[in-house]
Amino acid sequence: MLRVTPDGLYCKAGDFYIDPWCPVDRAVITHAHSDHAHAGCQRYLCSEDCAGVLRARMGPGAAIQSAAWAAPISFQGVTVSLHPAGHILGSAQIRVEHKGEVWVVSGDYKLEPDPTCRPFEPVRCHTFITESTFGLPIYRWRAQPESFAEINAWWRANQKMGRASALFAYSLGKAQRLIAGLDPTIGPILCHGAVENLNRVYRESGVALPPTQYTGDVAKAFDWSRAIIIAPPSANGSSYLRKFGPVSTGFASGWMRIRGTRRRRSIDHGFVLSDHADWPGLLSAIDATGASCVMATHGYRAPLVRWLTEHGLEAMALETRFEGERDESGDTEMVAE
Amino acid sequence: MKRFADLYTALDETTKTSAKVEAIAAYLASSPPEDAVWAINFLIGRRPKRLIEIRKLRAWAIEEAGVPDWLFDESYQAVGDLAELIALLLPAPTATTGLPLHYWVEERLLPLRGQDDARRRESLIGAWREMDERQRFVWNKLITGAFRVGVSQSLVVRAVAQVSGIDANVISHRVMGDWAPTPDFYAQLTGADSSDADISRPYPFCLAYPIEGDIRQLENPGDWQVEWKWDGIRSQLIRRRWHTFLWSRGEELITERFPELEALGSLLPEGTVIDGEILAWKDAAPMPFAQMQRRIGRKALSEKMLRDVPAAIVAYDLLEDGGHDIRESPLETRRARLAEIVRSASQSGHLILSPAVEAASWEDLEALRRTSRERGVEGFMLKRFGSPYRVGRRRGDWWKWKVEPYSVDAVLLYAQPGSGKRASLFTDYTFAIWDKDELVPFAKAYSGLSDEEIRKVDAFVRRNTIEKFGPVRSVKPELVFEIAFEGIQKSPRHRSGIAVRFPRMARWRTDKRAADADTIDTVKALIGS
Repeated sequence: MLRVTPDGLYCKAGDFYIDPWCPVDRAVITHAHSDHAHAGCQRYLCSEDCAGVLRARMGPGAAIQSAAWAAPISFQGVTVSLHPAGHILGSAQIRVEHKGEVWVVSGDYKLEPDPTCRPFEPVRCHTFITESTFGLPIYRWRAQPESFAEINAWWRANQKMGRASALFAYSLGKAQRLIAGLDPTIGPILCHGAVENLNRVYRESGVALPPTQYTGDVAKAFDWSRAIIIAPPSANGSSYLRKFGPVSTGFASGWMRIRGTRRRRSIDHGFVLSDHADWPGLLSAIDATGASCVMATHGYRAPLVRWLTEHGLEAMALETRFEGERDESGDTEMVAE
Repeated sequence: MKRFADLYTALDETTKTSAKVEAIAAYLASSPPEDAVWAINFLIGRRPKRLIEIRKLRAWAIEEAGVPDWLFDESYQAVGDLAELIALLLPAPTATTGLPLHYWVEERLLPLRGQDDARRRESLIGAWREMDERQRFVWNKLITGAFRVGVSQSLVVRAVAQVSGIDANVISHRVMGDWAPTPDFYAQLTGADSSDADISRPYPFCLAYPIEGDIRQLENPGDWQVEWKWDGIRSQLIRRRWHTFLWSRGEELITERFPELEALGSLLPEGTVIDGEILAWKDAAPMPFAQMQRRIGRKALSEKMLRDVPAAIVAYDLLEDGGHDIRESPLETRRARLAEIVRSASQSGHLILSPAVEAASWEDLEALRRTSRERGVEGFMLKRFGSPYRVGRRRGDWWKWKVEPYSVDAVLLYAQPGSGKRASLFTDYTFAIWDKDELVPFAKAYSGLSDEEIRKVDAFVRRNTIEKFGPVRSVKPELVFEIAFEGIQKSPRHRSGIAVRFPRMARWRTDKRAADADTIDTVKALIGS
């Protein structure tokens, strides 16, 4: 039903691509991160919650059609519907049905609750194409409130030491999730321009976020030591940080679970917080689909495939371009971590 | 244990020395002596030898984590550190522990050595079930004998000095040598009483920084005592109360490895401490360091080895004379006294005064320095007349002025991932040079590149892999690096027929192509140059 072509994952019967990596005629988009939503396609289909962010990314000229959650749309007899994936605002799993056979493409997903997007909903299918960014059992997230308590405590401690807190996170999705989890009674939340733009889109889409302010908009004598600044990872080590005075840096990502990755990034504090499923999350999501065939894309595909095969499923790795080689993807904005 | 694990994390997360000192001081100030002394013990790098074989540790962790062997190994590839992998992989703890560090070390860690496997397994799994991830990590590091944390001994000393109010130089001396981590020792360490019970205790070594830039910045050459920089084992020879002790700079007691030097001790006056360099020494000249390596590599010293590779100590300095610490006396006073002591022990033949190099100008010294290689030395040491013998590495009074390293342009041929901080990045490289039209591997190097360059090379390796052999990849021979090294000699064990000492990457030669790399003939010509 779906196969990998040079342009991306293609459905021949319905003549459409899912998250193509080249400009194509018809693209069904799981979510608006740049490794999944490629610019230059003739027509896009995405979830109703995704339309705002996709528009912000693609510009006013793009032809974007949005679909209500779970509403069936027909492409030459192939039925497509979108179901929440819980990754970022508007992120969807794509269900594709043709002649009684059902495939689901997960896109990126997580199972934990996130106030900035709809929670992941398992969809029954025959074949499940799952992401496997964190497809190793060392990746196990702890309860989310603990992570946020740690971030808020770090912010408070920095205030006490008279230094600003700069927290790096991918500007679409992770940034807003973090902002939603911050305790705004601690101090002001300031955002890099790239983040603040998306905050606006989130708010326009009906997501409640605590008040934030663009870092370029504050008065000259502003006391940065009380503030937390949310900025994309590329701001680390750049001149952007200079105006904040003494600053402690933090980075929130699933990769931060590994000490080596934490230390390599030359940041003061690594917080383990991911918008991707951890190992138990992957296994339970796969189980809930009831799929007998699983294809893994992104990251640690091989271990997940072998695990599933040893547990009686038909499983294989799918070569996609959703990332380079494993790990270090946290370094770039190519992969939404 | 939780507090010690928290201390480890705090030290691991900052690179600021003041923050590290604060963290250690806060720990010491709020810990009972029996915990504080263990913390100091571990922080200054005194760690127990591995208590459990890696193979068994792995097997028990796999069992407890409930994962197949292959998945454990895949995960290891991602983490690059066994202690951390086990900490991350095990299920969440079922209990918590409020037991202190000294309990865990004395009642659980050290007894592992004598126990049978069933007991050790039970003890270990019990510990894992009570510990959170941080504690498990530190614990596993201790068990595997790999506990290391990014603090120098001098930072620990500063923290102890801060907590105790005792001068840091005194603390520095007190933590030297062989002591047992007991509350009694902690009391001695931090107490006002300066009497010293341990007759074997060495002094902290005075170390030098390399001189950078123009040597003329040191102004008048007449202000400096110039000595050759010998390439051996820096050590202290101690004679106190009719006993002789020989310490390496790594604070290892090496007396037994050098019977000829131990014998020399009886010729020294009571209460003598000499700072010097142990060298393989024959016919009034040093032998190549490789000979010394051959000797120290042997477990048992044969008569033949003692005959073929005799050792001598080239004396640099005198730290204790007649039982008195004379480190504060001026250099020339100490040296004059040292010369007398060496003379009086001259019959041994194993004690030599490090000769002072006389020269009228820096130009003359520069010319002499170029003869370093043929003399088997690494360049010069410069010591300011009038200076005391300081503690640790300081700028100002002592400088090393080393001969330029050898350098060769070589092609990157193989790469493999590093471990720890460098896990999952390709950071360990093998370099090759031309033998006619074939590239032959000639050196491995891991250091010298910036993080930025490492990332670029890593990306190159991933894009240009030809073949994979386990973790090792052969890559398209394209990148050229200038490899610097200190020594070179023939070696039948290496495919290239040569072995080099301390190879590292001096520069990435982005201006050169593989064809421009050096040939085996030009490199071989360096031997004996």
